[in-house]
Amino acid sequence: MSKLFTTTALLAALALPAQAVQPAEGETLADSQTYTYWLLDAIKTLDPAKNTDVEGSDVLRQLFEGLMNEDATGGMIPGVAESHTESDDGLTHTFTLRDAKWSNGDPVTAGDFVYAWQRAVNPETASEYAWFLELMNIRNATQIIAGEMTPDQLGVRAVDDKTLEVTLTTRTPYFLKTLSHATTFPVPQKVVEQHGDAWTQPGNLVGNGAFMLESHNLGVDITMVKNPNYWDAANVVMETVRGVTVNDNNIGLTRYLAGELDRVQIPAGQYPRLSQEYPDQAISIPYSCSYAYVFNVSDKGPEALKDVRVRQALTLGLNRDIIVNQVLQGGQKPAYSWTHWATEGFQAPDAEIATMTQEERTEKARALLTEAGYGPDNPLSLSLQYNTDENHKKLAIAAQQFWKPLGVNITLNNVEWKVHTDRMQNQDFDMARYAWCADYNEATTFLDWFRTDGYNSGKWSNAEYDKLMADSKTAEDTAPLYKRAEEILAEEVPAAFVYHYSKVDMINPAIKGIPTENVTNAWYAKDLYRIAQ
Amino acid sequence: MFAFILRRLAVAIPTLLVLIVLSFLLMHLAPGGPFTQERALPPQVLANLNAKYGLDDPLWRQIWNYVYGIVVHFDFGPSFVYPDRTVNQLIADGFPVTLTYGTLSFLAAVLVGVTLGSLAAIRQNSWLDYLAVGISIGAQVLPNFVMAPLLVLVLTLWLGWLPGGGWSFSDPSFWIMPVIALSTSYMASIARITRSSMLEVLGSNHIRTARAKGMPERRVILRHALRPAMLPVVSYLGPVFVSMITGSVVIDIYFSTGGIGKAFVDSALNRDYAVMMGVTILVGALTILFNLVVDILYAWIDPKIRY
Repeated sequence: MSKLFTTTALLAALALPAQAVQPAEGETLADSQTYTYWLLDAIKTLDPAKNTDVEGSDVLRQLFEGLMNEDATGGMIPGVAESHTESDDGLTHTFTLRDAKWSNGDPVTAGDFVYAWQRAVNPETASEYAWFLELMNIRNATQIIAGEMTPDQLGVRAVDDKTLEVTLTTRTPYFLKTLSHATTFPVPQKVVEQHGDAWTQPGNLVGNGAFMLESHNLGVDITMVKNPNYWDAANVVMETVRGVTVNDNNIGLTRYLAGELDRVQIPAGQYPRLSQEYPDQAISIPYSCSYAYVFNVSDKGPEALKDVRVRQALTLGLNRDIIVNQVLQGGQKPAYSWTHWATEGFQAPDAEIATMTQEERTEKARALLTEAGYGPDNPLSLSLQYNTDENHKKLAIAAQQFWKPLGVNITLNNVEWKVHTDRMQNQDFDMARYAWCADYNEATTFLDWFRTDGYNSGKWSNAEYDKLMADSKTAEDTAPLYKRAEEILAEEVPAAFVYHYSKVDMINPAIKGIPTENVTNAWYAKDLYRIAQ
Repeated sequence: MFAFILRRLAVAIPTLLVLIVLSFLLMHLAPGGPFTQERALPPQVLANLNAKYGLDDPLWRQIWNYVYGIVVHFDFGPSFVYPDRTVNQLIADGFPVTLTYGTLSFLAAVLVGVTLGSLAAIRQNSWLDYLAVGISIGAQVLPNFVMAPLLVLVLTLWLGWLPGGGWSFSDPSFWIMPVIALSTSYMASIARITRSSMLEVLGSNHIRTARAKGMPERRVILRHALRPAMLPVVSYLGPVFVSMITGSVVIDIYFSTGGIGKAFVDSALNRDYAVMMGVTILVGALTILFNLVVDILYAWIDPKIRY
């Protein structure tokens, strides 16, 4: 999809009324409108500026509402913003806000957004997600985070109570897509200033979402109830939403089967069995995260990996079909591109590797390694680092076995998560497992990773790639640029892409309205309802 | 006795200080920090975070500030991972949970364990002995991480009697599975220690004398055998009690109780320095306290011991 078309589509969507999903004809609603879902861990914070977790975002999306929401397919629909205009140079975005209220009855104003965004970049807040406003390219965000400017110089302004004006440093094709992210949600200044860090406690927290916080027992459960002050409350059917922490996924499944939960993740390897037994409950849907083995091509990395032929051989040697079909078994897809295949507007290049059989790949890999001077007489020895996790371990063992026939000896190096991360960021590894999940539904969220100044822990660098990514910010049609960028990744192999995630869950068939076509997996309890069975 | 207690408490303070300094240093030796994460933070954001939490100070100053905060304000600092809460709040939320299921598990383990062990010893080599030994071996070899999912499977999914996890102070049905899972292996150990200790006591001279003068068996056991037989059990129970009330990571994970056992392990993995220190100090202080209690109990049980 071209960028022009994307923007037009977004603008068209903004003109539509935004209403919650409604029960279909013939469906009888259950008496008790309660939705109970599984959480792997405790919700670490309910402060939109400080949240860093997927599970935290899921809760915040119920308690707060940003300028935009996502619909069931991942498209952007109006949230608090009623309409939107963009200046010709793409640098100024103006939003008109609807008549929305906080849960305490106060009106939601443009000033609330200004306050929230300034707070997120304020060094005093020390938000771990302050960089998100840099990613949005909001004017002066970088300088404010660095302490060189004051938060009031941020490129966001309340023209009046109902008009919000955002100024960007550069045209940003994905800007509107970032507006459903929790970091951009408004926060109530009065409440934050009154209670300090405790403003997110039950009883204190005031939100503008469709639900209000009723209770939060850390690491046990969190309960939210319908907010009568929500602007679209008349169309919200669900009354109570409960997130229940079950730290062990298998017990989570047992408790789902016992009827205690309406949704749970399926533990690895159990999808084939459960989809046979419960075809109406087990689902596998694309989820925009990619898994890879990153090659360290920095000065600190091994000589061998600086040779592109070696990297090509390693990526060819990985039998992704076995990984996906025999190890993971949950509808994941083999990855031959870094960007998740289901990302909106993304067309993967026709990578040669994708069309070859594994025998052909292995043969080519052998030839490349021989060319590079490695073989049975001169075996290549490398280490593969991964963090403690059953699945990472299984995959690493599989990779070790796939590379062995090529004459590559792999030492597996299992370390604890923080050590893994620390070593990756200091280029203290040969190969390391890595995964990236999209911040928004557009290819740059993946592709920016490999920019010379991106996170890029292998320190791969390519001038053409950097230029493509820079050009994509202002291009009318970004798809060819992204495609070319992926082609460079396929040729240069800064990492061996392994698989694209899918979300593999059990969902109670009585719960309707759960989106299954949004790759970011954002869901809104206001769109859910429970039918009688 | 009173002087002994005072002396022990006086030694406790330097012990705790050593514990704090050592843990603090060890913790900072571990690679990575609280804000090390998959997507590396921009340097400026990281600097802001470190500045906010004082992590950019030299280590000696961090230790000093930390100890000062505890001694003067009883403030164990902020959590880096749970920014909405302080360590004091986290412990205040989690410790009562573990204290509840830990104490109940302890009582269950002691009552059942001592009874089982004593019966086995009194009726040595009878069917009762074999049964008791069988039960305790069975309980010992079934680790709680196997038992916990089994309990949920049977009591929640198959029978539907109990909630599969979570916590409520007002509803005891949430307590039952954690208590069973936590107490079983301790109960088995207590039973075995009681049995062997009891056997030894029953073979000693003062028991033979008591029996020879025609004292009823019940009285021999309860009055003359049980008390001395408890000495090794009590020395085992001191540290066990502390480890039970400060929580078990397995119980917390499988039953999602929100207790501090899991918080402790998480804090180490997350490098949530202040939470880790807070729980370490709590466990350290309780260990010192209950070792003292054990010593006092010794004197009460065994008249030969004087302080």
